[in-house]
Amino acid sequence: MSDHEHEHHEELSFWRKYVFSTDHKVIGIQYTVTALFFLFFGFCLMMLMRWQLAFPGKALPIIGALFGADRMPDGIMLPEFYNQLGAMHGTIMVFMGVVPLAVGGFGNFVVPLQIGAPDMTFPRLNMLSYWCYFVGGVIMFASFFVPGGAAQSGWTSYPPLSDIAPSGQTWWLMGMMALIFSSLLGAINFITTIIQLRAPGLTFFRFPFFVWAQFVTSFLLLLAFPPLQAASFFQLMDRVFGTSFFMPEGLVISGQLSEATGGGSPILWQHLFWFLAHPEVYVLILPALGIVAEVIANNTRRPLWGYKSMVYSLIFLGFMSFIVWAHHMFLTGMGSAMSAFFQTTTMIISIPSVIILTALILSLWGGSIRFTTPMLFALAFLPMFGIGGLTGLPLGLASTDIHLHDTYYVIGHFHYVVAPGTLFAMFAGIYYWYPKATGRKMSDFLGKLHFWPSLIFMNGIFMPMMIQGLAGMQRRLYDGGEIYAHTQTALHWHKVISISAWGLALAQIPFIINFFASLRKPKTAGDNPWHSTTLEWAAPSPPPHGNFTELPTVYRAAYEYSHPDHDEDYLPQFQADAQAKPAAATP
Amino acid sequence: MSMAIPYTVEPRPDTGLNNVKIGIWLFLASEVMLFGGLFAGYIILRVGSTDWQPGSAFGLSVPLAFTNTLVLITSSVTMVMAWASLIRKDFSKYRLYMGITVLCGLGFMVIKYIEYTSKFSHGYYPSTHIFLALYFTLTGLHGIHVIAGMGYNAYLWGPGAKMWETAPEQFTNRVEASGLFWHFVDLVWIFLFPVLYLL
Amino acid sequence: MDRFLGLPDLASEHGARLDYATELVHWLMFALFIIWGALFVFILFRFRQGRNPKASYKGLQSHLSSYGEVAVAVFEVVLLLGFSIPLYSERVDDVPDQSEAVVVRVIAEQFAWNSHYPGPDGIFGDTRPELIDVESNPIGLDRESEGAADDVTTVNQLHLPVDKPAVIRLSSKDVIHSFFILAMRVKQDAIPGMEFPLWFVPTVTTNEMREKYGDDFNYEIGCSQLCGLGHYRMRGFATIHSQADFDAWMEEEQSYLGGEDEDEFWG
Ligand code: HEA
Ligand code: HEA
Ligand code: CUA
Ligand SMILES: [Cu+2]
Repeated sequence: MSDHEHEHHEELSFWRKYVFSTDHKVIGIQYTVTALFFLFFGFCLMMLMRWQLAFPGKALPIIGALFGADRMPDGIMLPEFYNQLGAMHGTIMVFMGVVPLAVGGFGNFVVPLQIGAPDMTFPRLNMLSYWCYFVGGVIMFASFFVPGGAAQSGWTSYPPLSDIAPSGQTWWLMGMMALIFSSLLGAINFITTIIQLRAPGLTFFRFPFFVWAQFVTSFLLLLAFPPLQAASFFQLMDRVFGTSFFMPEGLVISGQLSEATGGGSPILWQHLFWFLAHPEVYVLILPALGIVAEVIANNTRRPLWGYKSMVYSLIFLGFMSFIVWAHHMFLTGMGSAMSAFFQTTTMIISIPSVIILTALILSLWGGSIRFTTPMLFALAFLPMFGIGGLTGLPLGLASTDIHLHDTYYVIGHFHYVVAPGTLFAMFAGIYYWYPKATGRKMSDFLGKLHFWPSLIFMNGIFMPMMIQGLAGMQRRLYDGGEIYAHTQTALHWHKVISISAWGLALAQIPFIINFFASLRKPKTAGDNPWHSTTLEWAAPSPPPHGNFTELPTVYRAAYEYSHPDHDEDYLPQFQADAQAKPAAATP
Repeated sequence: MSMAIPYTVEPRPDTGLNNVKIGIWLFLASEVMLFGGLFAGYIILRVGSTDWQPGSAFGLSVPLAFTNTLVLITSSVTMVMAWASLIRKDFSKYRLYMGITVLCGLGFMVIKYIEYTSKFSHGYYPSTHIFLALYFTLTGLHGIHVIAGMGYNAYLWGPGAKMWETAPEQFTNRVEASGLFWHFVDLVWIFLFPVLYLL
Repeated sequence: MDRFLGLPDLASEHGARLDYATELVHWLMFALFIIWGALFVFILFRFRQGRNPKASYKGLQSHLSSYGEVAVAVFEVVLLLGFSIPLYSERVDDVPDQSEAVVVRVIAEQFAWNSHYPGPDGIFGDTRPELIDVESNPIGLDRESEGAADDVTTVNQLHLPVDKPAVIRLSSKDVIHSFFILAMRVKQDAIPGMEFPLWFVPTVTTNEMREKYGDDFNYEIGCSQLCGLGHYRMRGFATIHSQADFDAWMEEEQSYLGGEDEDEFWG
């Protein structure tokens, strides 16, 4: 193809440049901003729940009255509204917050830069992917305002409950379909881009770990989501056309014999859902691991320890994540052979996680550790993910899961991995790549003011949940378990948790200030403020359309920090004068 | 300055593939998982059902479905020939074969329409029985795929064919990709036919 | 350790082994966390920039970590083969026979637990959804069917004898629920259209517990699967009797049957 075709410098209109842009960086930023909005929104939903849990049946002061009589009459929350909040908090955080941020945001912005590509292979699909996400988000958001309110059958939407739920559930299904479609387009684009648009010299084993993480993640999205798409079609048929894929015959709902023809299976949905949703949780964690690896290598000033075994573990993890899904269903009447199989695969999948975590910790050995803001978040990620991962073990053993299933222990388990785990990694990524995206550095002081309280409050929220869970407190209780006798010993923890949650909210203020105020600083960050080795730092900050002034060539592995033959403590992948000691290295 | 995206047309030397080729195969992989999920649903529901009825119980017409199978297989063949014509730089042949492909798709949908209306006229709806629920959902989703493939092929036959003048190689690649999708749609039907009509 | 974990009171035979497994896993978790955590903190301290201005390219040379990883794997194999798989298999495969156990059907609904006892003849009468009446016949029992005449049904009250295997055949009328009695360490989803057995041997009677905890004490049946608005209040009670008390209770229930106004009871 002739090159001049793409080279003409027509000025793009405002709309084409910032709204319907095909530039991966703009799309990445659109994803990031939208996802941050949804994170914030999901956070607000959670805050309402936390009020109800700490003070069941008490009117929410000041703003409570704003929610209307069908949600919070006189400021007192109704159970149906609590269930909406819970289901939508989960859905929003997972599908509209963390995944779009980790994959759509960071992946889009960073991956093409890190592999030295001018853009994604299919820029217009990339744009479409964002807009599908946007539409999905709008549908989900709007569903709060339809009669009967938003979906209220949990983020897992188990039928028959979801089949007979008010119309918000239909909106949920449509929203999910848009989100799934968006992910598919994104995944195809990422994989193709990573395979095809690598800069000369960039072999797979010279990839930054983040690129590997996105690569494996994309396969999970590509292959795990379609079964949920299928399940959503089934459920939509049940709700709209009166089929009964998930309804057996002879249901009696509130004393009324159901008209559903029957012949369906409620368990079918669970299989299809968890076939997606287990890989999905690795979609949440793998990009986070990728970011943490980048930040750790950069701030220890030495190469990652055991890079290859980390990559192999990553691939193995991705593969295994397709065959553990039924560990969410141990108590659905599973036979002993099936449960033995899924317990075993679940234990097996924990090993590569241990390997990656251990390698990351040992990467610190011998380093010259700089405690920058991104590094603090990345370091905190390790023990926090550790706690989350370790608490996965008793859940993964069917016998111990009997006691813990559907208690706050599960809530504690996965929040440790997603909140002080993944979210911290996301924060690390924002602090780390903000200079690349904007040309400006964020304030280190405000960063630390964000970090320390967040770390403390996160543990103040989720550690007590383990105690509640071990005491047997069920999840998804509108009144936090007030009426049960067995929860009495653990009830007071609700207040501690809620107060920590509000503290956590306050702790985000420095971040929000930092995020916006830094935009007004002069662009002084320079191309490579962290003295990093990977390709994104070869581009100007912020990178122009087309990314690189000159197509980079890659000469070496990703993390050549403190190379013995080199004077400076970093030897970028794109720097030609490799082995020889440069006579007078310009700073 | 801005740079063009490489390997949109010519293959990348070390992978031997161009971008579109990889993209379409990945897309098909996800489609396999989609229909895999649907077929898994079929199996689980059928095995678990206490009151399973085969298609014949609802008067599903094997001859019509068999005709449809032939129609789709024919269209797959003409699709390949359309692509092969482009490789041989014979544009008018391409037009002809692609035209037939689109018409076959249309024929398929017409027959499907006849089948659907005959079901409705007998009072058979998706909500009537779990078999019919599966039948309508599976064939319906397949039908959407047929329409999508047919629409894109029609575009490549009509307005999209202008590209033959400006970028023949890229156009040929598009036809090839569309063909891969079309074969997949065909293949799905070849599974659906025995599963819904014969077993 | 169980003190430390704060596991609730235990009142079933198999529960001790489950708790033991729970403790064991937590020991492993603590050990891992402490070892890895100590190493982590040590490294952060030892290799901070102030103390170690020049990073080492080679880094750690030893591959001791592999032993750590292998040790974790071995521990997990022990947990699986030694504990979890056998314990779980016993739960689902070794369900005792009706001859040696008390068998009760429990039918969940939004938001209550109905129990159905076969009565002295040991035969469950048929239930049919068409017969369900919220007030008078919540499980749709067909009193005309074989063995149904002496069947006993209760709402939110489960009565069982102590020291005898109890088999609960669990199902649901509407949506998915999840049945648990915490002290018995049993939990199982109640899925409409399916029936699964769940079994345990209660070892402590309600009265014994009351002596310890006061007269308010009751074993609770809880629901742990989101089942709608009333999920949070879907609570029932289990009473564990001595065998004699249980028989007396059953006899008393029998006396209500066939009476003029059976309906009284359902309130
Ligand atoms: C990012 C998300 C994420 C991740 C990574 C994981 C990881 C794991 N999860 Fe989790 N899980 C969820 C998200 C996640 N999970 C969610 C959202 C749910 C609930 C869904 C719902 O019901 O709503 C859930 C529920 C869930 C269940 C079902 C529980 C139930 O409903 O009863 C199970 C059971 O097997 C399980 C197991 C595991 C296991 C074995 C891992 C393993 O992969 C973990 C392996 C990791 C380790 C073993 C850590 C090793 C670390 C160290 C050794 C180092 C320590 C470090 C220092 C001290 C510095 N998870
Ligand atoms: C990725 C997933 C994710 C994340 C990050 C979180 C984050 C949090 N979650 Fe959530 N949660 C779920 C997924 C998640 N959750 C799921 C799946 C469920 C189950 C739902 C169900 O039962 O169906 C659940 C359920 C759940 C419950 C249980 C409800 C119940 O069972 O009744 C609770 C209770 O406290 C809770 C609390 C919290 C808290 C305190 C956080 C905190 O950690 C929140 C921290 C968030 C932030 C710190 C936001 C930061 C962002 C900003 C400040 C934006 C800044 C903006 C700009 C700069 C523009 N969650
Ligand atoms: Cu029944 Cu929750
Ligand atoms: Cu899982």
